[in-house]
Amino acid sequence: MDATVVTNVRFVPRRQESWIGKLFDSKPFLVALCLLPTTGLLVVFLTYPLGLGLWLSLTDTTIGQQGDFIGLENFYSLFDDPVFWGAVWYTIFYTAVATAGKFALGLWLALLLNNKMPFQALIRSIVLLPWIVPTVLSSIAWWWIYDPQFSIISYVLVNVLHLRDHYIDFLGTPWAARWSLIVANIWRAIPFVAITLLAGLQTISPSLYEAALLDGASGWQKFRKITVPLLMPILAVALTLSILFTFSDFQLVYAITRGGPFNSTHLMATLAFQRAIPGSQLGEGAAIAVSMIPFLLVATLVCFFGVGRRKWQQGSGND
Amino acid sequence: MTDALVDTPADVEALAGKSVDVAEHLSWDSRARRTITIYIPLSLFVIVLLFPFYWMAITAVKPDYEMYDYKKYNPFWVHSPTLENIRKLLFDTDYPDWLMITMVIATAATFLSIFASVLAAYAIERLRFKGAQHVGLAIYLAYLVPPTILFIPLATLVFQFGLFDNPIALILTYPTFLVPFCTWLLIGYFKSIPYELEECALIDGASRLQILWRITLPLAVPGLISAGIFAFTLSWNEFIYALAFIQSTEKKTVPVAILTELVTGDVFQWGSLMAGSLLGSVPVALIYSFFVEYYVSSMTGAVKE
Repeated sequence: MDATVVTNVRFVPRRQESWIGKLFDSKPFLVALCLLPTTGLLVVFLTYPLGLGLWLSLTDTTIGQQGDFIGLENFYSLFDDPVFWGAVWYTIFYTAVATAGKFALGLWLALLLNNKMPFQALIRSIVLLPWIVPTVLSSIAWWWIYDPQFSIISYVLVNVLHLRDHYIDFLGTPWAARWSLIVANIWRAIPFVAITLLAGLQTISPSLYEAALLDGASGWQKFRKITVPLLMPILAVALTLSILFTFSDFQLVYAITRGGPFNSTHLMATLAFQRAIPGSQLGEGAAIAVSMIPFLLVATLVCFFGVGRRKWQQGSGND
Repeated sequence: MTDALVDTPADVEALAGKSVDVAEHLSWDSRARRTITIYIPLSLFVIVLLFPFYWMAITAVKPDYEMYDYKKYNPFWVHSPTLENIRKLLFDTDYPDWLMITMVIATAATFLSIFASVLAAYAIERLRFKGAQHVGLAIYLAYLVPPTILFIPLATLVFQFGLFDNPIALILTYPTFLVPFCTWLLIGYFKSIPYELEECALIDGASRLQILWRITLPLAVPGLISAGIFAFTLSWNEFIYALAFIQSTEKKTVPVAILTELVTGDVFQWGSLMAGSLLGSVPVALIYSFFVEYYVSSMTGAVKE
């Protein structure tokens, strides 16, 4: 910090205390004033819509028409809807597989990046690219990579490596499409996981490894007993955030398959969108969105109790 | 995968970055091992992570006859590059408008969010009122509410306010996910500025707002920049609100417009699609490359305890 900043600043002493000066000196007023913009924005555009969403899910509102209260009707009809259950199932599957994949690969990449090597800074910054670029735009690139006729993956497998004799229809059949989306999701999230875990790895003091070395610990023991436990807090945070945002993912699926083929790749979010906006059944869409809340709550609580103790979100200087 | 990598002690030592210097002076064996355990997997990672961008770029400059003929032309290279796709995009579509409007929305949402976050972070971290911790936690929790469960009620709200199909709707709704993030980042940053500086200013007779404006903010510029980059990138990338709240072609943001306006009928214009994706990625990539140091350090710093 540059100390001269302070000495160069000259304050005009306040000669007389007007009421407005006094007002700006009173702490409660200042606190209220400072919190006003944030609270205003969040209450109007976040808390209120959250409640409104709950209310909408209990009505039969459509676009352009005020709905009536119909109780749990929307939920009953969803309960008998195989497409909805398909979406719930695929959302869970997608979240579980993609999260496992991105953390396994992300941890591996973090361990690799934690080495000294030439062009270290450059490599660290370019691997972040998939995470920086708008998801929809990179998804379009994946869409093109998965093209049935001109897929570059198929080209390599068939014409270069001669491993297969026909092109793969990545997005044409349900299971192929499901796996293709998961791969694209993992690809996008690896950099985030890797850089976050790398930050965690760098906080681990090297002296711990030295001490372990003196005590004759094996490499696996060091990884298991030093790296993993010390990485745990940051891993828990990254994991929860990742689960939360993978579960509520929308862009990637909407851009590549829009839920097809045969509704097999609908996530709850894309189904909610499809029913609410193009299908104009706002009430039903809201009910699908509301059904996501219990899952998200569980993830958040894990985050809170797993990491709340460390107060990590308050920045540095904690015990 | 990780297990396989760290099975042997030498690997772990190398991974821990401790005995790297020693290992380099050891036998050929350790050098070869280092290549196999570090450089080869790392190059694979880099290739896989960057390939879609390469593919995007190379497709954007390919003429149609090359793009759809893998027999005659090697798909990994372009034999006679053309700017036709980009020309079509810039002059035959509303692409410049979309870029402009996305830029305006992202900038406005960023400034609004930074303004709100600075005040909130200052109040929580420096004014030290009772319950500041709880307010901080509440704001942080707001970050955990994903836009996908909010867009339906927000759409009705936007409609009631008469803001449907109006970019202002996006400027006002983006802060719902930007403010929590920026506040959280700035709280951490303000914490790193010595409180003694403010005490000195208080003794000199400065008011709280003067302190914020003339002492804390100038010292927090790096934090403000990183919060600004994050906010700008997040607004640029936002999709679902822009998809749900904007209807007219000329008011769409880049990601939405490319997906809804360029994908028409059954025949996809892959050249233009890739050119559009490439150009839409360039602004964020540029900003990122200028501030990459801030970006990586604030990301690691923000997550670090």
